[in-house]
Amino acid sequence: MAAPRAELTSTGALRDTMAAYYRTLGDAAENKSAPVAWCSSVGPAELLRALGFAVHFPENHAAMLGAGRTANRYLPVAHAQGYSQDICSYLTSDIGAYLAGESPLSAFGLHGVPRADVLVFNTNQCRDVRDWFEWYGRQWNVPVVGINSPRSVGDVAEAEVDDVTSQLEALVPVLEGVAGARLDSARFAAAIGAAREASSLWEQCLKTATHRPAPFTFFDGTIHMGPAVVLRGAAEAATYYRTLLAELEERTLAGFHAVPGETLRLYWDGMPIWGRLRALSTTFAEFRTAVVASTYCNSWILSTLDPADPLRSMARASVELFIARSDGPKERYIERMVELYGIDGIVFHDCRTCPNNTNTRYGMPRRLSERLGIPTLVLDGDVNDLRCFSDEQARTNIEGFVEQLSDARGVSGRREN
Amino acid sequence: MSRYAGVDSGSWNTKAVVIDDGGNVLGTSVVRSGADLTAAAEKAYDEALAGAGCARTGVTAVWSTGFGRNAVPFANGSRTELDCHARGAAFHVKGPLVVIDIGGQDAKVIRLDALGQRLSHRMNRKCAAGTGSFLDEIALRLGIETAALDALAAQATEELELSSFCTVFAGTELLTLIRAGRRPADLAMAAYRSLMKRVIAMDVFEGRVVATGGVVAYHPTMVALLSEAVRAEVIVPPYPQEMGAFGAALAARDGAVSVGPGSVSRGASAAPAAEGPDDDS
Repeated sequence: MAAPRAELTSTGALRDTMAAYYRTLGDAAENKSAPVAWCSSVGPAELLRALGFAVHFPENHAAMLGAGRTANRYLPVAHAQGYSQDICSYLTSDIGAYLAGESPLSAFGLHGVPRADVLVFNTNQCRDVRDWFEWYGRQWNVPVVGINSPRSVGDVAEAEVDDVTSQLEALVPVLEGVAGARLDSARFAAAIGAAREASSLWEQCLKTATHRPAPFTFFDGTIHMGPAVVLRGAAEAATYYRTLLAELEERTLAGFHAVPGETLRLYWDGMPIWGRLRALSTTFAEFRTAVVASTYCNSWILSTLDPADPLRSMARASVELFIARSDGPKERYIERMVELYGIDGIVFHDCRTCPNNTNTRYGMPRRLSERLGIPTLVLDGDVNDLRCFSDEQARTNIEGFVEQLSDARGVSGRREN
Repeated sequence: MSRYAGVDSGSWNTKAVVIDDGGNVLGTSVVRSGADLTAAAEKAYDEALAGAGCARTGVTAVWSTGFGRNAVPFANGSRTELDCHARGAAFHVKGPLVVIDIGGQDAKVIRLDALGQRLSHRMNRKCAAGTGSFLDEIALRLGIETAALDALAAQATEELELSSFCTVFAGTELLTLIRAGRRPADLAMAAYRSLMKRVIAMDVFEGRVVATGGVVAYHPTMVALLSEAVRAEVIVPPYPQEMGAFGAALAARDGAVSVGPGSVSRGASAAPAAEGPDDDS
């Protein structure tokens, strides 16, 4: 008998950890207790932390706008500034919220997003982060610096790692100037070590879902990945993931079902649809289908970080990132995940405004389906712009996919005529 | 003789079909869905039963499909329209095949293997392009009923192109072409060609191709254009508009399994309902 669906008790510790992070950020911005840097999600956060910056991640802020379903209020504000409806809805909702003078961070005592002293991007994910940061750079007249990463990387070449390492080295004196402090190598190595430890624990948490039944789903992961994103390089992230891992291991031992009656196991590729996380989680659960793994949650596993070689290992982690790779390595990665997690089918989210994190447009679903012998489903939607998403059509697509998978197992009647 | 029924609660029309256990169609109905999906389902079902000459008590199981499939309270189970169109098409045509269904507000392309099992499906994006609504908009711009569009297109002599997939932009483009003196017949044909291009871009067409839905039922020009595009005969099975309802009736007959909440079909095939006094078996 399946156990009832229940919230993870670690969620309390998660809320406390995230609230403490936001309050620290607010203290830095409002009371000037530390310089503030903005960092793209897989930018050089460890370097910034080692230099004493309080680090704000605007993608985290944009995801809060999406999950709180306020993003659609702000999108038209940015569109009116000349930012297209077809570009990143993280960018447009975040800038729109700024122009509207509103932010979910006010719940933590901040008066909007924290004003940056410097904005540091890494284009390993897309060009949009640079455009996004440059808007704020112009707004506040502060420096915008970053890494221009190689994109569509096949097998990682040392020349590509050299390139990013050189760019990181060049960033150091600029950031030291803004921070008013020299980079302490021991502190930097410690930040890299903390990031590596948290990454390892996060990976172990995610891998508990290799068990049948899975104690944890993609939808849980999108919430519990918060510390891996915003506290990269800080000890608090590992502290939290030790708590979460202990609970997930308990769940595994107890045979706990994250999805009661788990029958099918799916993989999710692409961005979350933040404003419909709960609805989608419920829909899949109604069909006793667990989305047990995802490219998205796995993207914060940065196994190559090495305290003995901080800059170069950061560069390697940046170049090796899934989103920065060509279709060949991406497909090989998904194939490994399908094998590891015992996946019955793959859901690809075709994210309207995020082509860089959409893998449906160059034939990948069909290639993987044919190679792996499992079906794929393409869901049209968007990360934050819910005007690009249809609840009814998504439900029919998901239900039809579950029917297809169930039929393939021979549980649905169909007789010869 | 056992009887089974299917009700397809679509966005524009609700269809009902009653079949016997050999899959022979005994009665059908198509009614406007309107705002009250349940009332439309009741009406369509009763009309199909009247056509079949039986009462509800004479039906062993009735299944629902379509976007309003959960608004059919008398249904014993439901399957998606993806399943039911595939099931209905596979009844008539052996696989492997590709099913094109063009409805009022959605379009689907479903690929089936040799056994009629689904391999994949694609639905249109959140947009009217590639659906019957596109033809409604074009007919409106031409000042004719949608039903008259096919006969008009048959008189086309010049090959014109509507460059936009977007329903609204295509309407505007049409007005520009009218002002430029283009013939309505050529414009009607251009609209069908635009719709065809949108649909064939949804997937790869290998094996036999079957077309279902209201658009192919009433617009043979569309079928001809699809055949030309995929370089193969496009088969239109009997009752193309009612194909979803027919597939739902087959699901009822075959004892399919609902995958939705509860995941147990409501008495679909376990025990036949009590036969009514007007049962003629």
